[in-house]
Amino acid sequence: MAQYLVKRILMLFPLLIGITLITFTVIHLAPGEPVEMQVAMSPKVSAQSRARLREFYGLDKPLHVQYGLWLSHLARFDFGRSFAPDNRPVTDKIVERIPITLSLNVIALILEFGLAIPIGILAAVHRDTLLDRGISVFVFLGFAVPTFWLALLCMYFFGVKLSWLPISGIHSLGSERLPALARFWDMARHLFLPVAIATFGSLAGLSRYMRSTMLEVLSQDYITTARAKGVKERAVIYKHALKNALLPVITLLGFSLPGLIGGSVIFETIFAIPGMGQLFYQGVMARDYPLVMGILVIGACLTLVGNLLADLCYAFADPRIRHGRG
Amino acid sequence: MRFSLPVALCLLALQLAGCTRGAPEQKVLRVKGGPPACGDSLVTGSIGEPSNLIPLLSSDSASSDIAGMVYNGLVRYDKNLKLEGDLARSWEVSADGLSITFKLRPGVKWHDGAEFTSRDVLYTYRVTVDPKTPTAYSEDFKQVQRAEALDPYTFRVSYAKPFAPALASWGMPILPAHLLEGKDITKSPLSRNPVGTGPFVFKQWIPGQKVVLDANPGYYEGKPYLARYIYRIIPDSSTMYMELKAGGIDMMGLSPVQYQRQTDTREFLERFNKFRYPASAYSYLGYNLRLPLFQDRRVRQAITCAINKEEIVQGVLLGMGQIAHGPYKPGTWAYKAKVDDPGYDPARAAALLKEASFVMGGDGILVKDGKPFSFTIMTNQGNDQRLKCAQIIQRRLKRVGIDVKIRVMEWASFLTNFIDKGRFEVVLLGWTISQDPDLYDVWHSSKTGPKELNFVGFKNPEMDRLIVEGRGTFDMEKRRSCYYAIQEILAREQPYTFLYVPDALPAVSARFQGIEPAPAGIMHNLIKWHVPKAAQQY
Repeated sequence: MAQYLVKRILMLFPLLIGITLITFTVIHLAPGEPVEMQVAMSPKVSAQSRARLREFYGLDKPLHVQYGLWLSHLARFDFGRSFAPDNRPVTDKIVERIPITLSLNVIALILEFGLAIPIGILAAVHRDTLLDRGISVFVFLGFAVPTFWLALLCMYFFGVKLSWLPISGIHSLGSERLPALARFWDMARHLFLPVAIATFGSLAGLSRYMRSTMLEVLSQDYITTARAKGVKERAVIYKHALKNALLPVITLLGFSLPGLIGGSVIFETIFAIPGMGQLFYQGVMARDYPLVMGILVIGACLTLVGNLLADLCYAFADPRIRHGRG
Repeated sequence: MRFSLPVALCLLALQLAGCTRGAPEQKVLRVKGGPPACGDSLVTGSIGEPSNLIPLLSSDSASSDIAGMVYNGLVRYDKNLKLEGDLARSWEVSADGLSITFKLRPGVKWHDGAEFTSRDVLYTYRVTVDPKTPTAYSEDFKQVQRAEALDPYTFRVSYAKPFAPALASWGMPILPAHLLEGKDITKSPLSRNPVGTGPFVFKQWIPGQKVVLDANPGYYEGKPYLARYIYRIIPDSSTMYMELKAGGIDMMGLSPVQYQRQTDTREFLERFNKFRYPASAYSYLGYNLRLPLFQDRRVRQAITCAINKEEIVQGVLLGMGQIAHGPYKPGTWAYKAKVDDPGYDPARAAALLKEASFVMGGDGILVKDGKPFSFTIMTNQGNDQRLKCAQIIQRRLKRVGIDVKIRVMEWASFLTNFIDKGRFEVVLLGWTISQDPDLYDVWHSSKTGPKELNFVGFKNPEMDRLIVEGRGTFDMEKRRSCYYAIQEILAREQPYTFLYVPDALPAVSARFQGIEPAPAGIMHNLIKWHVPKAAQQY
């Protein structure tokens, strides 16, 4: 087991370097440079000022040198400074945006798993009934409706027409002066729509997955045995079947780890939530190489770690895998 | 004075700089009040987040909006778009036009209490031209031969030859020397925490959410009545519009559809005042003059004749704009109202094309030397008005026998792969109109190189001479006659088909009083805006 773990961890490094090399190439292949994005079509910028800006950002050096420099900084956990005019350290820009994205995604993830799993079980147990079909229609509706459209409709209905909920942002103006509890309530009101809509949109995948694994388990012999020996239906489903049906979900949980820091651009833009999605999008549009690379590296690390964790958890939860390997 | 980013060009609706056309529509204010009361906040929305609040280092419109509240220049454009003293009480141009002496306003204080003197001006000049400063604004100041602070309240700058745009260039925000001198400006905390001399003091910036400015009690023109100016960052324009309707923001620039169709309800008009005045921008169809097809002046004239500009203004802007003949804003001093340009006249278009030896082919498309008359109009993605405009033009040109294709491109690849390499036939784009009428960068023949702005490749010796003459004198009458002649050349040559000047269409909450619409728009007297005590919200 320990040897397996060490091997897996060592494998991460070449993978990571490969990922950075590919992303570095791809982002440099995109037309336009950070300097261009800032000064293009601006009459007051001469060739010298352009050259000066390029030199300032180190864009005058050959690509492999730029990559080498970037990698050597990364090895010291330095993501460099942003190529945006603010020239701030990339780490600062990411750090100030992570909390909101992370909390939103964690809440949405908990809701998603908390709702999708029972829904999936319900659908599996009542297979092919009206309830099952109703659930299918409901979750696929959430899956099929463009979330930005639904978001705009909800904002108009709950925000403008009924004035029940705030429209965008995460705090009301002047909420700084409120007591802690009221502040929390204010924020909860702001986050209600984004979280609710995001969850609604993501129910389909997980609940259908849950439904099918549950059905598979329910058709197995040991379930028939349990039923035959007179175990109550509740116990059959929740004790015997559910445990095994939940196993593959662990993998899904592992996969959703990188998603936790990646926000949705459309969502964050519509709801004016200052999260990672917006930051990344702006970074790409401005060809802010260090920022884009920084976010991608973090995302890649989390993906790799998430996969590793999922595998480990799986081995931990399923004796067949654990013993089969060792 | 400053050209904003192309991105900002696309967001024209947000532009609040404007000009005359009769009296802007102003509804009677619903809340009656006595003498101006202090207090309340003005909340506005911005699509983009400011990048750097040291204006020298940023070029986006959000940063320059905020900088405009926090800093002052030596001079500024008043509400009628005439230059007036700001931090400079007065100025004098020497008889030979080679030097300008500014008399600075004494007793002006930086927001941290230090006194503003000529040292600050000298520092701002030096850091702007310092090769180590990554700024996009050094160009105007490279013409400076010598800058000197004669005493704390006198600043003189000398040029090698008379340079008329120089005066307006000193409208650039003056930076505090006592906080920046001897330090690396790119790493200065001032970029997120600016200290200026302006009517509002920087208070707080929550990234991605808002920038808060407080009234400056010691402002040299008097403390603003409004206690606070809050700049909310709302990246989506439909969200912003809903925020406006729900009362989450007090002011935003409307689109023509919103202005004409969606805000015409009694409920909206009771809560908001709508304003309308020409924006400082125009849209145009630009021809690649390096291509033989467009080198023939008659072809360009014919295309202009075939396009009904009035129809475009009605169809694309719902009438919220006016047709353009040249690169200036109607009503400004350099604008020539009557020029001899080809108006809408399809018959004349046909005649001109015939003269240029095009003959009608069997499929209704003109043919010359066996080749059909066909070209592609390129425009950038994300600007619906331009796309609609291109479609209207496409239909009109079809009628005279020209086959037009439309190609919409992402901005970055549009610039790098097509504009910079000269690989285009016709583009549909827009320019911001600067307040100084100098046209050197966009129209002089020396600016036709790669990445330069005369990308259509217009070369006309007469035009070059007039441009240089116009920027080489401070005499307004002489300058005007140069620019009038230039507009006639452009009308005759049609290197662009100038299409339209859109209107800026801001809506402001009705609780704000004292708004005075003027050629410069509505923001020029922000410090005089006030809200009656009974109507105050924040």
